[in-house]
Amino acid sequence: MGKEKSKSGPLARRPDNSAFKQQRLPAWSPMLTASAVLPFFYLLALICMLLGVWLLLTVQNTQEMKVDYTEAGSCNLCFEMRKNVSNAGQRCTCMIMFSIEKAFKGDVFIYYGLRNFHQNLRRYMDSRDDGQMLGRKSNLKSPSSYCKPFDVDEKGVPIAPCGAVANSMFNDSFILTYYTINGPTVVPLLRKGLTWYTDKNVKYRNPKMDNLTLPEVFEGTTRPPYWQKPVYQLDPFDPNNNGFINDDLLVWMREAAFPNFKKLYGFLYRANKPFTKGLPAGNYSVTISYNFPVQYFKGRKEVVLTTVSWFGGQNHFLPIAYLVTSGLILLTAVVLTVVWWKFGKDGKNMAD
Amino acid sequence: MARENEDAGMAEDVSKAKSQRKSKAKETKTRTVHANTLHDFAKGEENPSRRYANNRIKTTKYTVLSFLPKNLFEQFHRLANVYFVFIALLNFVPVVNTFLPELALAPVLFILSVTAIKDIWEDYRRHRSDMEINHMDCLVYSRAEKGYVEKYWKEVRVGDFIRLRCNEILPADVLLLSSSDPDRLCHIETATLDGETNLKQRQVVRSFFDLDCDFDPLKYNSVIECEKPNNDLNRFRGYIIHQSGKKDALYKENLLLRGCTIRNTEEAVGIVIYAGHETKAMLNNNGPRYKRSKLERQMNVDVFWCVIILLVMCLFAALGHGLWMFQYGDKRPVFDVLSPEGTNLSPIMSAIYLFLTMIIVFQVLIPISLFVSIEIVKICQVYFIHQDADLYDEETDSHLQCRALNITEDLGQMQYIFSDKTGTLTENKMVFRRCTVAGVEYSHDANAKRIAMYQEMDSEEEECISHGGTLPRRDSVGSHQSARVLRSHSTKSHRRTGSRAEAKRASILSKHTAFSSPMEKDITPDPQLLDKVNDCSSQLDFMRLHSQPMSQLPSDLSDVFDFFIALTICNTVVVSSPNQPRQKVRMRFELKSPVKTIEDFIKRFTPSRLTSGSNNSSSSSLNRSSNKGGSSMQSCPSAESTLTKLNEEQSSSVMEHAFSPAPPSYDGKAFCTPDEGELRYEAESPDEAALVYAARAYKCSLVGRLPDQVTVELPHLGKLNFELLHTLGFDSTRKRMSVVVRHPLTDQITVYTKGADSVIMELIRPPITGNSKGRRQKKILCRTQNYLNLYAADGLRTLCIAKKVLSKDEYARWLQHHLQAETAIQRREELLFESALRLETNLQLLGATGIEDRLQDGVPETIASLRKAGLQIWVLTGDKQETAVNIAYACKLLDPEEELLTLNADSQEACKLLLEESLHYIQAKFLCSSGDASAKDFHANVSSFEIYPSSPLSSHAASDSVHRLGLVIDGRTLAYALDASLEDTFLTVARSCRSVLCCRSTPLQKSMVVKLVRNKLKVMTLAIGDGANDVSMIQVADVGVGISGQEGMQAVMASDFALPRFRYLQKLLLVHGHWCYSRLANMILYFFYKNAMFVALIFWYQFYCGFSGSAMIDQWYLIFFNLMFSSFPQLISGTLDKDVSAETLQQLPQLYTSGQNSEEYKPYMFWMNMIDAFYQSLVCFFIPYFAYTDSDVDLFTWGTPITTIALLTILLHLGIETKTWTWMNCLSIAFSVALFFTVALCYNASCPTCYPPSNPYWTIQRLLQDPVFYLLCTIAPVAALLPRYFYRACHSTLFPNPVQVGRQLDKLPADTRRNILSLSRVKMGSWLSPRQPSLPVGKPQNCTQKDQRGTEAPAKRAGAESVQQGPAHPPDPHSSSLKELGAKNDPLLSEELQPASTKDPSDPSWVPSTQMDRVQLNLPPSRAPPCVTYVRSSETALSCEQTPPCSRGTTAEAELYTAV
Repeated sequence: MGKEKSKSGPLARRPDNSAFKQQRLPAWSPMLTASAVLPFFYLLALICMLLGVWLLLTVQNTQEMKVDYTEAGSCNLCFEMRKNVSNAGQRCTCMIMFSIEKAFKGDVFIYYGLRNFHQNLRRYMDSRDDGQMLGRKSNLKSPSSYCKPFDVDEKGVPIAPCGAVANSMFNDSFILTYYTINGPTVVPLLRKGLTWYTDKNVKYRNPKMDNLTLPEVFEGTTRPPYWQKPVYQLDPFDPNNNGFINDDLLVWMREAAFPNFKKLYGFLYRANKPFTKGLPAGNYSVTISYNFPVQYFKGRKEVVLTTVSWFGGQNHFLPIAYLVTSGLILLTAVVLTVVWWKFGKDGKNMAD
Repeated sequence: MARENEDAGMAEDVSKAKSQRKSKAKETKTRTVHANTLHDFAKGEENPSRRYANNRIKTTKYTVLSFLPKNLFEQFHRLANVYFVFIALLNFVPVVNTFLPELALAPVLFILSVTAIKDIWEDYRRHRSDMEINHMDCLVYSRAEKGYVEKYWKEVRVGDFIRLRCNEILPADVLLLSSSDPDRLCHIETATLDGETNLKQRQVVRSFFDLDCDFDPLKYNSVIECEKPNNDLNRFRGYIIHQSGKKDALYKENLLLRGCTIRNTEEAVGIVIYAGHETKAMLNNNGPRYKRSKLERQMNVDVFWCVIILLVMCLFAALGHGLWMFQYGDKRPVFDVLSPEGTNLSPIMSAIYLFLTMIIVFQVLIPISLFVSIEIVKICQVYFIHQDADLYDEETDSHLQCRALNITEDLGQMQYIFSDKTGTLTENKMVFRRCTVAGVEYSHDANAKRIAMYQEMDSEEEECISHGGTLPRRDSVGSHQSARVLRSHSTKSHRRTGSRAEAKRASILSKHTAFSSPMEKDITPDPQLLDKVNDCSSQLDFMRLHSQPMSQLPSDLSDVFDFFIALTICNTVVVSSPNQPRQKVRMRFELKSPVKTIEDFIKRFTPSRLTSGSNNSSSSSLNRSSNKGGSSMQSCPSAESTLTKLNEEQSSSVMEHAFSPAPPSYDGKAFCTPDEGELRYEAESPDEAALVYAARAYKCSLVGRLPDQVTVELPHLGKLNFELLHTLGFDSTRKRMSVVVRHPLTDQITVYTKGADSVIMELIRPPITGNSKGRRQKKILCRTQNYLNLYAADGLRTLCIAKKVLSKDEYARWLQHHLQAETAIQRREELLFESALRLETNLQLLGATGIEDRLQDGVPETIASLRKAGLQIWVLTGDKQETAVNIAYACKLLDPEEELLTLNADSQEACKLLLEESLHYIQAKFLCSSGDASAKDFHANVSSFEIYPSSPLSSHAASDSVHRLGLVIDGRTLAYALDASLEDTFLTVARSCRSVLCCRSTPLQKSMVVKLVRNKLKVMTLAIGDGANDVSMIQVADVGVGISGQEGMQAVMASDFALPRFRYLQKLLLVHGHWCYSRLANMILYFFYKNAMFVALIFWYQFYCGFSGSAMIDQWYLIFFNLMFSSFPQLISGTLDKDVSAETLQQLPQLYTSGQNSEEYKPYMFWMNMIDAFYQSLVCFFIPYFAYTDSDVDLFTWGTPITTIALLTILLHLGIETKTWTWMNCLSIAFSVALFFTVALCYNASCPTCYPPSNPYWTIQRLLQDPVFYLLCTIAPVAALLPRYFYRACHSTLFPNPVQVGRQLDKLPADTRRNILSLSRVKMGSWLSPRQPSLPVGKPQNCTQKDQRGTEAPAKRAGAESVQQGPAHPPDPHSSSLKELGAKNDPLLSEELQPASTKDPSDPSWVPSTQMDRVQLNLPPSRAPPCVTYVRSSETALSCEQTPPCSRGTTAEAELYTAV
């Protein structure tokens, strides 16, 4: 702060007469009186109003369809079956019918939704090993302590991928069928590119292959206890979508913020008719391979079909928030105007 | 915080020192010093004194090795640090950990390392200065070299011989053994030690006095025994034992202290007695003081609340988690992770673990950075106060010093000021005004005119300056102008003297001389007196020529002569000549020491001396004859004559000096030329200098002073040498000083005494009745007393001058005792004191002087504006009542329109009675004047007298009852009043008076008064003083202010703030105090808000994550949010924010009340802020929540926008609270935002796996491409801040508090503002009063309508202007000031309302006539007396009877009658 200044003479210790040291820096001191803030308030209200209206119009164009299949229709049986842990190995398939009244225009996203599933529990979230998922050999063989108790099985064989998150991976699968006049058509789904680019390419990687096949790489590890098949067999159709870079796994590993969440299952493949413009109106069914038990935590499962706007899926909250805020600001501004009209002027007169 | 460290450090030092001392105490009780030359180290012989500390000083606390443990140990004395370390360590426990353990350590380490770095830096600076000091050079005698060799200071050891040259600084405490000065003196300047700029004489140890040749260390073989090292600068006792076995006492006059500078002495040699840390200077060296400010105490309460909030939140979460777990029963969901052992945790256990986890997560609520931030802000504030050019005094080239670093904000909350008078309110620059000699008053009218002229010159000069506008700073011009305006209004401006210009002139003229401005030096003599002096000396001259006895001189003339001799020599003034500053004028021909031993006395005063003196008996016949005449015809016909005859020869030798022509070495012409006036006098106290200058004006000038001789120049007689036998120095218990001289003309041993009138008058020899001489004496005594009263009434300091002629026998008897006392080692002080008492009796009164202690520049204005600021000012002085009262009038502390309650009691009972009567009187008066006569109010008011305020708040409300009353109490009565049984009553009375003046109070009483007020009224007190007698008061008060004036540095050393002048107190309190308080208060509140808001965000999230303690805000943001992202803007605004400009704050002192009432930081504000924080966090949480609900958002993609929103909201919140925006505020906010995004971008891009368990890779990058992020960041802060913004806008429009009105004024153009302020001072005052701030001025006030006299509302508008010219109004109640206004407007009413005294407020005669009054208030206690009949009889027989119309039925009586 203070450079030693070699001043001398009778006034050697006189402080510098600089604006900073004398606290006389040029300053703007706004008065928060009604008159000063009113124009700003009106302007802000207007801006919020316009934004709100625009957002509202945008949201109106999106569509969403939720199908809860937890106990609905034939899934009731599966639901009962999954109550018993000993039936974990048995397959169960069920189907649910639904209809779309208004065609979904544009890109359609298919999600699976879970309710009351707390992916955001602290210990659950921590129960993973990012090093292992990055393909580090050392972590593959000796998973991080964060994964406990899902780091090794009873025999001491390391689990890959370790931890509670991977262990509890959602494992239902869906087949969407469209019932045209010509009969049922399977709705083609694109099940790639569900994840962030960085997840697939940077954050998660399979261990180095060195001309080995994937199963060979994962030798010496075992699948998580709740899984039916090992990590290198997750996608039977695409060998490149296996191991730690399986899209479904990656989607699952991105832990949801709230207990009610949805996760991307696939996109509508729009290359062929009648899906080039989206999902046409009509009857649909969804065939579910029902594996994931939810009854322990009173959870619900659903399939969600939605189109998106430039700011995400169908969510009316944001435009409403803007409109409400705009209304509040306007109200405030009006009150302030009245206040200013009645009293503020007097105050000014007093000062004058 | 640091205080604890420091305390610990100091305690450690002390204990260390103690242990050292203890270990040594076992050895011996004294210190023995042998010379090192006696021991040959080459032979391995060790000097025992080598054990003593060497001269290397080490003020550093740490070494390289000890730094870490010691510093950490000190830092962990701070509770908060322990808490944060505990939390960080908790994070290492796997069950409860939340963050990366290493990361959790970061903030604690950061805080610890910031403090550590600060400590290292300070320690390094100390180390460097130590090095510098240790490596200074000095000359040390070396046995090997047989001469003095240069050595470093650190190599100096106890027992070394040191040669010192002129202008060298002393390396250690050295016993002076030899000096090149022929008088064997050595002059030192002790400015670095005690701040006194005058030279002090030190003497060579007596045994080495007669050394003819140079001192040879090799021949030295004595042993010195002295006391252990101690820190008393004014004490040194010991003796030196020569090989012959002869013992010689050592005094403080023999000791040269480390740090002093040798002046005027070419060379001196001494032996080191104390070295290094054992020197007195080092032992006196205490570090800065640490106090805890009121604001901090308040803050700590709220920190405590934060802890409670934290615990509640944690408990809530733990309970929630337990319940959440419980609802799943035995069947655990998949997401409920088992413990590492694979077992299920019971809900209760999880809840307990979670509680600890939550403490970690919510740790931010206890603001770790708050303490550090406060310290940083305070350091910056201190820096700015230091740098303020307005607090810089050109005259002394000094500026304000903040010695306590952490109570700056207390300056903004003061309620009571306790001020010393002399040197604080007054300049302590004495100007001789008038004198009385032998009962005849010499009024010195010309002198008074001349002083008045100085004033005119000043004001003209000032005008020139302000019109010329040559000053660089615009504001200083403004202040000059305003000062002038005020002055033209002030009627008593003659007391105010000494403008800056004059001061500067003085300082340039007499740069090297203490206490002399031209005003003090040039004294226009009273022609009458001058004639007499001339008469007298010419007669003396004539008599001398004609060998007539001196006693033939008319007694009045001889009195005049003695009077001036006493003025000239009865002091310790040192003379120096101007051309060689500080080079004393040499006037001596023969070396002679003062009488120090009996042998000496016998030698000098017995015939034996005849032979020894015969060698210089070549005295002129002229001298001889006159001497003969003088001695043979002595007025006192005792057995003296024989002795005198014997002394004839000897005294003639004295006479020879006296009448010999000027020595060749001295330019005799100088006496006649105007140069003579340029002899400089250096006095220890300013009144001494004033008296010497006064005497010089009468051509009786002091031209030289040596330890044993004083030379006085007289007009006709030429130079007279007075042989100085003894000087009995001034002390505060005796309150007088005496010199014993042998009078050269009469050859009598004469005692001249000068002292406080009360003391001297008691020591005067009672006049012999019946005798004409006795009658004359009696008359003189009586008249002098009258004049003394008159002087005191004029506010002059009075001194009495007396003399006494001693017979040789008497003297011999006294001398014997005295010498015994002097040589005593034990109880020396007491013995000397008794010895002095024996001498100073039966004095003959010569006359009295009146010296004016001029008020400091700007004191009345400062007091007026401080009072307007709602500060109660009490003056506690040691001066006598009359002087004090009149100074109080002069500085506008008392108002002529005020009634004065004077309490002088002789006993406890009388005091009690007096207090009770005053109380009744005040109550009655209060009823009368307060307007509302309803009985209910009466009871309310009465009860307000009895009830002690339990809190500062209510105490302020009670100050409504402050009246236009002044209370004067003297020291004796104060002693009774401070008794436990009466203190309550005393306080009640004192509190209801506008000003309180305690006279004749001792230092202890001063501190007791401060303590009483502070503890009983629970108010913030400030004590200001300049002298050693104020130290205890300064230490007791919440804030102690020292005036770095002329009475040394003790007050400054004890103070928290040191000011060059009293008037700077105004800016220090009103501007800096206000700013510091409001800045810090706002910053602390903001801190609490900020942390609560941030933590609440996480708390809301717990409802969505099963109370599991997970946070959507990434651990990095969580930990660094407080430390980095949001810390800079608040530091900047905490340092730079100005709610009102400095000019307005000074012009509207009323704004200060906001600090007194703690309006910026009231307890409810903490809770309001908490509520606001919770609201804001709800908005900031739920807007993103609903925006993302039911989406596929992941935790950190959702959490990062929340962090951003929180940051923006917090910064914008600060923006609303910031009152002034400079580029630094804008920059800091921009920097904070930029820093957050930079860190976020880097952190999210750096490494995908480095920070388990969180993994926010690429989150912010994706968010920045997402429009929702921007939409959220816009809407959430706006919605969150809307209520606060609305509240602020409404509040400042509808109910602007005074500070906001001040800010509105700031916005007006400068000249408009000045107009408003000058026009509507009263109006603004009432408007701004804190009690009814919301009432617009235009509307009629309720209270005026209630005025029982029926004065109606129309009064107030018109009254505004009439009152404005009137005296300053009490800043207190809105209602009373307005009523006063109404009263003024109505002439009839004002007559009725005001007591008689106000009828002639300008009449100065009123003042002396009442100051001796005692209020005798006889109120019939049976009936409630609502009104008072007020009768006063005084010297002027002015009496007045008054029955105010409020209740003509019941009247009580209050009588004031003169006690004289």
